[in-house]
Amino acid sequence: MSVKVLFFASLREQLGVGAEECELPGGVATVAALRAHLMTRGEAWQLALGEKRALRVAVNQDMAKAETCVKAGDEVAFFPPVTGG
Amino acid sequence: MSVRVQLADFDVGAEILALRRGNPKIGAIASFIGLVRDINEGDDVAVMTLEHYPGMTEKALEAIVVRARERWDILDALVVHRIGALRPTDQIVLVVVSSAHRGEAFAACEFIMDYLKTEAPFWKKEQTDKGGRWVEARASDEDATARWKAGS
Repeated sequence: MSVKVLFFASLREQLGVGAEECELPGGVATVAALRAHLMTRGEAWQLALGEKRALRVAVNQDMAKAETCVKAGDEVAFFPPVTGG
Repeated sequence: MSVRVQLADFDVGAEILALRRGNPKIGAIASFIGLVRDINEGDDVAVMTLEHYPGMTEKALEAIVVRARERWDILDALVVHRIGALRPTDQIVLVVVSSAHRGEAFAACEFIMDYLKTEAPFWKKEQTDKGGRWVEARASDEDATARWKAGS
């Protein structure tokens, strides 16, 4: 299945990607699994998405948790803690 | 009730007038205006660039206003947040709340701002004399939001 993955702010700059369609291998069905899958892409991805990094994740524009389900066609966004206002 | 995310500046007087015009039930209006400061973490800030998540940011702001409405008896609320490149003294954000009496307007205005700071997807990048840097989230902002959750 494929999902749309978005990155914002420092994460987008660090990875050099703002948005992409991502084809997922079978078994990748949660936010945590998607994060782990993206981290297999190499060192830059491990640094950007690693556990030490405080990250927020939204699925279809609602805040999500590690165990939130990810389905085909979903929009999954990764971003740092927000700093507006 | 409305929320807007925009590049353009806003006119506080015009926004308040539009919100209150012709409504004799309004007895109080509270507003908050956030501005760009010229210094942060000890460094001069030349330009601050605000990024958002189109779609989700508007949804998040609307959800915050709905929560304020559920909690206080307010008549109307407006949130305007700017994006793009801003400079010291520029206006960043406007929150306006109307109600029959001042207590609800003051409280709801502060509640909306506190939640906006911790839940609405906006990110600030500063250009200082040391280069560009993303602003870090502050624990004190999380504390401010947590106060409302304590059920005070």
